Amino acid sequence: MSDTAKDTGWDPSKPILEINNLSISFFTRLREIPAVMDFSCSVMAGEAMGLVGESGCGKSTVALAVMRELGKNGKITAGTIKFKGRDLTNMNQEELRQIRGSEIAMIYQEPMASLNPAMKIGAQLAEVPMIHSGMSKEDAWKLARQIVADVRLPDPDRIVNAYPHQLSGGQQQRIVIAMALMAKPALLILDEPTTALDVTVEAGIVDLVKDLGEKYGTSMLFISHNLGLIMDVCDRLCVMYSGEAVETGNVVQVFDKMRHPYTQALFRSIPLPGADKNSRPLISIPGNFPLPHERPQGCNFGPRCDYFQDGRCNGTDIPMSEVPGDDRHASRCLRWTEIDWAAPIAKREVKQKAEIGKVVLKMEDLKKYYSVSSGAFGGGAKKVVKANETLSFEAREGETLAIVGESGCGKSTFAKVLMGLETATSGSIMLFDENVQSTPIQKRNTDMVSSVQMVFQNPFDTLNPSMTVGRQIIRALEIFKQGKSDEERHNRMLELLDLVKLPRAFAERMPRQLSGGQKQRVGIARAFAGGAKVVVADEPVSALDVSVQAAVTDLLMDIQRENKTTLLFISHDLSIVRYLSDRVMVMYLGHVVEMGTTDQVFQPPYHPYTEALLSAVPIADTKVIRKRIVLEGDIPSAMNPPPGCPFQTRCRWKSQVPGGLCDREMPPMQTLEGGHQIKCHLSVEVLNSMEPVIKIAAE
Amino acid sequence: MEPLSWGQILLAALQQFLPVWVALIVTFALSIRYKRKLALYGKLFDSPVGMIGFAIVMFWVFTAFFADWIITMDPLAQFSGSKNAVPGSALTAPDPDAYTHFLLGADHVARDVFSRMVMGAREVLKIAPAATLFAFMVGITLGLPAGYVGGKLDTVISFIANLVLAFPVILLFYLLVTPEIIVIGIPTYMAAILFLFPIFFIGILINSRYFTNPPQRNLYLGIAMAICVWAYIGLAFNADPLGVWGMSPNLLNVFVSVVFVNSPGVFRIVRGMVMDIKTRDYVAAGQTRGEGAWYIMLWEILPNARGPLIVDFCLRIGYTTILLGTLGFFGLGVSPESPDWGSTINYGRKLLAMVPHPALAPALALMSLVLGLNLLADGLREESLKD
Amino acid sequence: MLKFVIKRLFVMLLTAFALTFIVFWLTNLPPNLEKLAKSEAGTRISDAEVGTWLSENGYDSSPLNRYGQWLGLLPGWTGTAQNGTPTGRCLEKDADPATAPRFCGLLQGDWGQSSVFKLPVSQVIGRSLSLTGWLMFAVMAVMVPTALFLGVLSGMREGSRTDRLLSAFSIASTATPEYVSGVVFIALLASPMSGLSPFLSGAGWIEGRTLFMGTATSAMEDINFWNFALPVMTIALYGIGYIARMTRASMTEVMTAQYIRTARLKGVGFRQVVVRHALRNALIAPFTVIMLQFPWLLNGVVIVETLYNYKGFGWTLVQAAGNNDIELLLGCSVVAVVLVLITQLISDIGYVFLNPRIRLS
Ligand SMILES: Nc1ncnc2c1ncn2[C@@H]1O[C@H](COP(=O)(O)OP(=O)(O)OP(=O)(O)O)[C@@H](O)[C@H]1O
Ligand code: SF4
Ligand code: SF4
Ligand SMILES: [Mg+2]
Repeated sequence: MSDTAKDTGWDPSKPILEINNLSISFFTRLREIPAVMDFSCSVMAGEAMGLVGESGCGKSTVALAVMRELGKNGKITAGTIKFKGRDLTNMNQEELRQIRGSEIAMIYQEPMASLNPAMKIGAQLAEVPMIHSGMSKEDAWKLARQIVADVRLPDPDRIVNAYPHQLSGGQQQRIVIAMALMAKPALLILDEPTTALDVTVEAGIVDLVKDLGEKYGTSMLFISHNLGLIMDVCDRLCVMYSGEAVETGNVVQVFDKMRHPYTQALFRSIPLPGADKNSRPLISIPGNFPLPHERPQGCNFGPRCDYFQDGRCNGTDIPMSEVPGDDRHASRCLRWTEIDWAAPIAKREVKQKAEIGKVVLKMEDLKKYYSVSSGAFGGGAKKVVKANETLSFEAREGETLAIVGESGCGKSTFAKVLMGLETATSGSIMLFDENVQSTPIQKRNTDMVSSVQMVFQNPFDTLNPSMTVGRQIIRALEIFKQGKSDEERHNRMLELLDLVKLPRAFAERMPRQLSGGQKQRVGIARAFAGGAKVVVADEPVSALDVSVQAAVTDLLMDIQRENKTTLLFISHDLSIVRYLSDRVMVMYLGHVVEMGTTDQVFQPPYHPYTEALLSAVPIADTKVIRKRIVLEGDIPSAMNPPPGCPFQTRCRWKSQVPGGLCDREMPPMQTLEGGHQIKCHLSVEVLNSMEPVIKIAAE
Repeated sequence: MEPLSWGQILLAALQQFLPVWVALIVTFALSIRYKRKLALYGKLFDSPVGMIGFAIVMFWVFTAFFADWIITMDPLAQFSGSKNAVPGSALTAPDPDAYTHFLLGADHVARDVFSRMVMGAREVLKIAPAATLFAFMVGITLGLPAGYVGGKLDTVISFIANLVLAFPVILLFYLLVTPEIIVIGIPTYMAAILFLFPIFFIGILINSRYFTNPPQRNLYLGIAMAICVWAYIGLAFNADPLGVWGMSPNLLNVFVSVVFVNSPGVFRIVRGMVMDIKTRDYVAAGQTRGEGAWYIMLWEILPNARGPLIVDFCLRIGYTTILLGTLGFFGLGVSPESPDWGSTINYGRKLLAMVPHPALAPALALMSLVLGLNLLADGLREESLKD
Repeated sequence: MLKFVIKRLFVMLLTAFALTFIVFWLTNLPPNLEKLAKSEAGTRISDAEVGTWLSENGYDSSPLNRYGQWLGLLPGWTGTAQNGTPTGRCLEKDADPATAPRFCGLLQGDWGQSSVFKLPVSQVIGRSLSLTGWLMFAVMAVMVPTALFLGVLSGMREGSRTDRLLSAFSIASTATPEYVSGVVFIALLASPMSGLSPFLSGAGWIEGRTLFMGTATSAMEDINFWNFALPVMTIALYGIGYIARMTRASMTEVMTAQYIRTARLKGVGFRQVVVRHALRNALIAPFTVIMLQFPWLLNGVVIVETLYNYKGFGWTLVQAAGNNDIELLLGCSVVAVVLVLITQLISDIGYVFLNPRIRLS
């Protein structure tokens, strides 16, 4: 590190990063898009600042502005960004180059894309000190090796000589972190560093980031849409809405004593422990996020705010105002002093619990194996991937069965087999007393097809981009032989739009004119076109913003109640699963490792994997005390599963099983009281001695 | 009569093209006025490159269309005594009612170069876009199932496509475009097969969309098939009883060969895009609805591949134009008399070093058309990527 | 890896068989043979005489059988001429039928006799290939470095003035087929009547009447700049544009990749970003393109050799096709097809080697 670069006479008691009234616009052919307006925040030395907000609110834009990397069409239109007292906005390229990488480093969402595929890891790491402090090549590689060890990667010597694609996603993200730390920067910007990773891997990365931050005394700007994660990592946060900071302050104060209606609404729309789909349903924020160039007059949140006051809130621009007495806590609301923040939620409607009926779907010993060829050139030996192993369960009418597991555990394969897109290798599937395991969808009759439907994960993919919304729903009606004439079908289509609470005018729209949540609703309408009885929802809300998630889940629940639909809810997000499911099935590497009612699964005894999974999910509630269990390593590939118990490579309870049974033998499914099933060698006594992972502190 | 100077030649030529200028101005005025309503076509008018390309292409399209008004002389007529006349020279024995000068000179048998160039545009634009369109239908009809179904089917079709692609084009042409081949009837057989693809394509397109409503389906399918079969009989076998559709054996041969060499390229592109698009959720949604494979391919996948296909279509018309020129260059063109650009270059090159103008005019014309198509494709690609 | 190569070789062999059979069949269509009979035995012979000539010369068996003979997998035909002397595919004139080999085809190294050049096909092709080899070599030496350089230069700053200028040049050059650029080059640089030459020779700056030579015939003996530059430029020009565009596209894509942003935000300077981080990734795609250019290069070679009268492979092909020289045409096709297939194989393997992602996964 060149001391000259770092020694700028900056006083460490002043903020290391100070953003003042920053405005950023993107200039496109049609118009100017004001992505960020009047944004201010400051980060002190050693502090971790969180930036939360929904997609498109301008979080990444702020981060990139600090790096002065806004692309060709992005411009800082006003304000200053001071780093150690020097204004970044008017630095030239050479000055910026010296700061980038050595004083400010950035970590992005997609680790794979951020590493050069054609360069060895070591070379990419060693480059940083070689550029910034002229370190010799050997020293730089040595340092690289050491930092790789610092980010807790096994076998650093092998890793520095590897290419990025030879590492797993979690390992790649650690490398990206290592790269950022190579020059021991004063400020680290992390833009959703864990969004692409599985929860258990995320937990490891978050831990690492926190520890390293403390170890090196690095300040952080941590961007995330996940409030729980922010609480885990940050000291302070700044809530953004539509290009503005709306509330900023100390994490605990903002979480417990929020002073902005948007923050409040946000917390009410996320499933915290204690929420329940019937007695305490979530409250979604009405309306939609405004586009940057279509913001309302006055308060941006006005049209969606419960406390909106005509004439006042939509009159002038709203300034930030300090909350006196708190630690640099401020809110961009005119009425925050007038609002009764402790008032109970008024409009919460309590819903009838749906009745659970007869069994409609029963799977027994279902197996699905794929044979794939490995090797670079399509040759190589054929390998069998066991995507689903001995899956047995039943689902009842009106019930929500959640299927939980991380990527690659076989959730989607299971859905495909059920839908008939693939046929099972062995085992049986009984659907309404009909045996369908070897009937591909082409051979199923229309009734059968229309009664089992699916809602997909990616809202941007779920609708055909070149067909109107109405046409797509009508097509489903035609295929399901609904309605006698075109007219009848048209009317039915409009009713379906009503059902998913979309305006009828949307029938004429093209999918690109809809927001993510709206598209997802159309997808739901399409799935219910033939009066579906069993709906497989494959992560239907995981790609949506939190405020929209609540609305879409509630919609699904409402339709379920009305139609007595059986919902198979596939998800990796345990918070939402706890909120809406009746029974839960946890999968790991193609095996069901635990199954039971929601209460059984979320309370001890746990399967060791469930325990880790539960502890990994960040919860945005200061009252919740969570035991941290960080799993070592990554999920093994389904191509080479470990022998014995599939979870044995990462299990912390393994030592409690005598005789190394876990390494050798596949554990049996134990049935505990109340039909709770756990696939583990642990004895009942050990299982019963487990402690709950989550405790809610007494108020 | 005095020969014309270069300035006068330019003026006279500009004047001859008057209908084209008017048409161009009208097209551009209307398009720019309504560009926001015209989807991708409208967006083209935001890109200077695309606009230039479009203008060049439309220049030649209108030239082909108004050729009868633009030409100054009969492109096939020979004017004795004017062999290899230089540009601007006057006719030796001018007809008082007719044009008096060879604007761009005369060729080795004393035909007017300017008129032949203008008529050549018509020849080229009669064949190139139609042949490209047929190649697209063939490529799409084969590429969709190859990409979508994969497996053995894909292996077999891809193998055949690679077979054609590995053939040096010129060799193929030398083998296919010969009078002997016509005697045997191979072009007719090939036409019989290749022209089936569009019929199949249209049939499947309508059927997969309307099969849920048989009366409607039967009506549409009936009408479409009647027209297709009529055209098929006329084009492939030259046996249209009404004489509307038809191609001379020579033309058919060239046409079929060009379609044949172009289809594998289209096939590859379509196949690649299908493999990409078929992983989308809306395709899976179609499958879980129990939708037929052809519906998914034609209505769920194909429309979403249209951007790159349109771009490729423009590029490929240019490529086809070059191919037709190549054929003409080797004397394999439609007919020796034909004023098409390739053949004209072929005749001109024999005396090239001494009298360059007969070859130069069609050469530059061909180059400008291909350039226009390339620019158009570039503009379209750029605009379709934006927003 | 070995398995992959073997599999590819097998497909290649299959392709070669299929293609040569198609060529064989097309060149041996009855009208072609009839024409051959007339050119060999006299133009005015009757249909019956054509028939006897064909059967005497072994053309009466099935095409598949004759294809086998030509390949050398089936025994060559034998028969007797009208005067009673034994004839046969493998029988040299006046040789003893007893010592003649049974098989004589491609596999035995017997490529047949060219009817136009009155020489063994292998000799004709060998001579022409070496001439074309020089041409190809010169073209590659000019084309590849220029194209890559231009492509990288315009792709590294998308939308800059350099980029626009170079892109315009590339587009224009891809829109100019060889027969157009050749014509323009000759008219401009090698015509005593037009272009630069009359001006230059008028001023006494050049010795001859033209700056460059309009034909490359003399280059067959002695290659020099003045007789070789135009043919080489003519072929290279089209390729330069095409490869430069591919390189540019690949380069712009790489320059917008996240890892380039990572490198920039690490503080790597622009030049280093281009050289260390972008170049290798950006050159993977053009490599395959260059290799796959071969079928098309052959095209260019045929046109240019015809235009400049350079008696290489392309020129020979045109002569063979134009004069119904069946054996020679077959020979040329085999060479062309094998050449194309080999370049495809190289392109596949090279792609894998350039791309660590594929090599090691
Ligand atoms: N290059 C660009 N050109 C035009 N508009 C842009 C550009 N980049 C971002 N925007 C717009 O700026 C706004 C803020 O975008 P930004 O990426 O900062 O949001 P974000 O909060 O990071 O969202 P996410 O959570 O999805 O990452 C959005 O409306 C976006 O559409
Ligand atoms: S200013 Fe008004 S509209 Fe805006 S958040 Fe406060 S109360 Fe709501
Ligand atoms: S069987 Fe053993 S390794 Fe597997 S989960 Fe139970 S204790 Fe862990
Ligand atoms: Mg972002």
